[in-house]
Amino acid sequence: MKKLNQFRVAVYSLIAVHLVILLGGFIAPYDYAIQNRKYPFVAPTRIHVIDGLGHFHIRPFIYGLRYRSPEYIEEDEQMYPIRFLIRGSAYKLAGFLPARIHLFGVDEPARIFLLGTDEYGRDQLSRLLPGGQISLLAGLIAAALSIGIGLLFGIVAGYYGRLSDEIVMRLAEVFMVLPWLYLLLAVKGFLPLNVGPAKSFLLVISVIGLVGWARPARLIRGIVLTAKERNYVIAARGFGASDIYILRRHILPQTMAVVLTQATLLVTTYSLSEMTLSFLGLGVSEPVPSWGNMLASLQQYHVLTSYWWMFAPAFPAILVFWGYYTVANTLQEPTP
Amino acid sequence: MTQCRVRHFNRTRFLAIRIAVLLIAVAAVLAIDAHAQAGEELLTTDAEIGRAGGGLVVAQRVEPKTLNPVMALDNPSRDVIWRMMADLVHINRQSQQTEPALAKAWTISPDGRRYTLTLRRGIRFSDGHPFDADDVVFSFQVYMDEKVGSPQRDLLLPGGKPIVVHKIDPHTVEFQLPQPYGPAERLFDSIAILPRHILEKSYQEAAFPEAWQLNSRPEQIVGLGPFRLKEYVPGTRAVLERNPYYWKADRAGKRLPYLERITFLFVGTDDAQVMRFQAGETDIVNRISPENYSVLVKNQNGNYRVSDLGPGLEYNFLFFNLNDLGQKFPQVSAKQAWFRELNFRRAVSSAIDREAIVRLVCRERGTPLWEPVTTGNKLWLNPAVPKPPRDLDHARDLLKSAGFSWTQDGGLLAPGGERVAFSIMVAAGNAPRVSMATIIQEDLRALGMRIDIVPLEFRAMLDRVTQTFEYEAAVMGIASGDVDPTSDVNVWLSTGSTHLWHLHEPRPATAWEAEIDRLMQEQLTSSQFKERKQLFDRVQELIADNLPIICLATPNILVGAKANLGNFRPAILEPYTLWNVEELFWR
Repeated sequence: MKKLNQFRVAVYSLIAVHLVILLGGFIAPYDYAIQNRKYPFVAPTRIHVIDGLGHFHIRPFIYGLRYRSPEYIEEDEQMYPIRFLIRGSAYKLAGFLPARIHLFGVDEPARIFLLGTDEYGRDQLSRLLPGGQISLLAGLIAAALSIGIGLLFGIVAGYYGRLSDEIVMRLAEVFMVLPWLYLLLAVKGFLPLNVGPAKSFLLVISVIGLVGWARPARLIRGIVLTAKERNYVIAARGFGASDIYILRRHILPQTMAVVLTQATLLVTTYSLSEMTLSFLGLGVSEPVPSWGNMLASLQQYHVLTSYWWMFAPAFPAILVFWGYYTVANTLQEPTP
Repeated sequence: MTQCRVRHFNRTRFLAIRIAVLLIAVAAVLAIDAHAQAGEELLTTDAEIGRAGGGLVVAQRVEPKTLNPVMALDNPSRDVIWRMMADLVHINRQSQQTEPALAKAWTISPDGRRYTLTLRRGIRFSDGHPFDADDVVFSFQVYMDEKVGSPQRDLLLPGGKPIVVHKIDPHTVEFQLPQPYGPAERLFDSIAILPRHILEKSYQEAAFPEAWQLNSRPEQIVGLGPFRLKEYVPGTRAVLERNPYYWKADRAGKRLPYLERITFLFVGTDDAQVMRFQAGETDIVNRISPENYSVLVKNQNGNYRVSDLGPGLEYNFLFFNLNDLGQKFPQVSAKQAWFRELNFRRAVSSAIDREAIVRLVCRERGTPLWEPVTTGNKLWLNPAVPKPPRDLDHARDLLKSAGFSWTQDGGLLAPGGERVAFSIMVAAGNAPRVSMATIIQEDLRALGMRIDIVPLEFRAMLDRVTQTFEYEAAVMGIASGDVDPTSDVNVWLSTGSTHLWHLHEPRPATAWEAEIDRLMQEQLTSSQFKERKQLFDRVQELIADNLPIICLATPNILVGAKANLGNFRPAILEPYTLWNVEELFWR
């Protein structure tokens, strides 16, 4: 019962996080690349409902900021009420619908930074959401790639056996021992210098996805091996069913449980791989955000000790990983 | 009874005399170490008189590559080596003027070609062996030997010909220069005087470059500096102990240095250096990044003090690949047509927000730069070089006049019709320079240029800049070793080994490079400061006008030390903090 509740919480929070991230452009008040050079490392903006004179306001508001070394102070002469559904920078809703309306914002010249800013004065929230798109999309695409290849090779090896089994499984072993981090370093070394952010993103995912097919392939092969000896499969073959029919009708459905658990596990693993690579400066390049390259600034001592809001991308990442692992765990457990 | 008392009195007096004699003898033995011996010409410093004893712990980012002063090129090596070495004439890092060192006096002939140096008498190497003119002649022979290949050799060949060194008597040496030399006696700074009795053998066996490596026995490494090597643990630490024969004394006549030992710890990163300092494990931190400086200021607890010395001599810049590529890298050479266009470089310079670099990267502790001479170099700065603020309209006009145009969505098109996009290479480990590149990326996006930033490991990047030339643009920095323009002559001469934007030019590629060559050569041989200044002013104007490098900013020199360290007087010339290590003491 407790397990089931946990499973529900995990699924709902996964849906919520993915929805928020999908609608990132709408929820984020600014463009992810805009540098507010007057405001590096600003702490999250304080939202007020009571002004300096003690008056209560129904509409929440913020104050402007002024830098007085070593910190920012609020200028309480001018209030900037938070406005909803405000026109702002252009973005693409869910990745394809061009739009300009943002969920919330404030009038110029004030800026609202709900999660603070980074060293260039870029709004952390406006980077966190598209950054999540990148990191999660990387995990999803790479997992799909791995599972796809794994399924193909697993079925070929398991169903046709003999030489094809021998070749595929030896190849899988080679891929399993490949140190992908170094492989990626080498691939990066061979590429021309000016690889754009989109290309470098695709490169990262394809390397991660292509290298990771071996494990799902071995698991699927095992399932196929037992499935093809089942009586109903032998019977179907006796009735003259084609290989394609048997695979589609009898064998593929058997592999679905493994495919699903593997997919949920791989999405997290691969999202984490992308974050690791970007954290090390090998993944998505500036100014495009990813949770990994946003966390990279924590490698610097002063950021680590002085600006706590720079940890922000870690929290949605933890939530997402916990969610996927819980789902995978529940899927792996035998149903009572 | 009387007799007894007399005897007793005698015994007491005898004892007192014996103790007195003993005390005098002990004092005399101590004095040999602490005070000048007869005939020993010590240099008296005018620093505050301190207390002897104690040690100093300094963290260094990386360990030295060598302990050989003639071969050392990198700062980590030089920082350790120069605590053990001395030169004939020294540039005081604080006053930036020359002062006597191993040479107590010198004269320069009226034609500026003959220098006569009088050496200090009676002084000894750190192993007790006496020092004389033969050591000087030997040292210069080694430095100028082509087979040894010292990186400082070029500086000792004014006009391409070597200096002739004569021993006149054991304490007088004459240097004959092939032509007058502008920086004059600054020439002798940082030329270590080597112990001939130790190194002559390896020099004659042509094994000099391999002498004094990290695995050499400590007692073999002998110098005239304030400290000598005691222990070297590879990758971990170097421990230096006090040189009892050092040739400087304080005003009370007490022999320097005050400290018993210095320990250099090799800690790996700048951050580790700061953390160790903050934790009180190290006593001095030689270079703090502006960000870490604010952390140290914020958490200051009275145990240490940090100082902002103002702009140093480091200049950070963006430059384009203007090398002759021939048939190599057609992708890069296609873009060189833009890079060679002066108005393109001017537009880039005009679009860069230098104030933002100072604010975001240097955290207000820096100065924007339009030329390679910083405001830290008061003597040589040309204040007439224009400092135009960021002006995007001007940049667009410049691009338009060079035939560039824009697409509907604001993308910049080259005269040939292709999209303007290029990459900027930067050292991945250098966070401030990566940030500078990111700011430039955003600034140039406003002009419609698409910039990719390529962080590379430093050596991989250097290899592309100096060997393969496979790059489009790069952000780098150079820290001049001295205020005198001669220290950067290799950057400006078209034949120079650090003429980064276009290496190995058979002859100057442009008229202005030819003019810089001529001006630099002239200032090198002129002995009048006023004339040299005029010549170098023109060089600065030419660089600011033609932009072979687009200067960005100079960070302030930020250092820190324990609060009770006496005589701590950091300076903007390298090695910022330890230059007067012999005078440092614990209060």
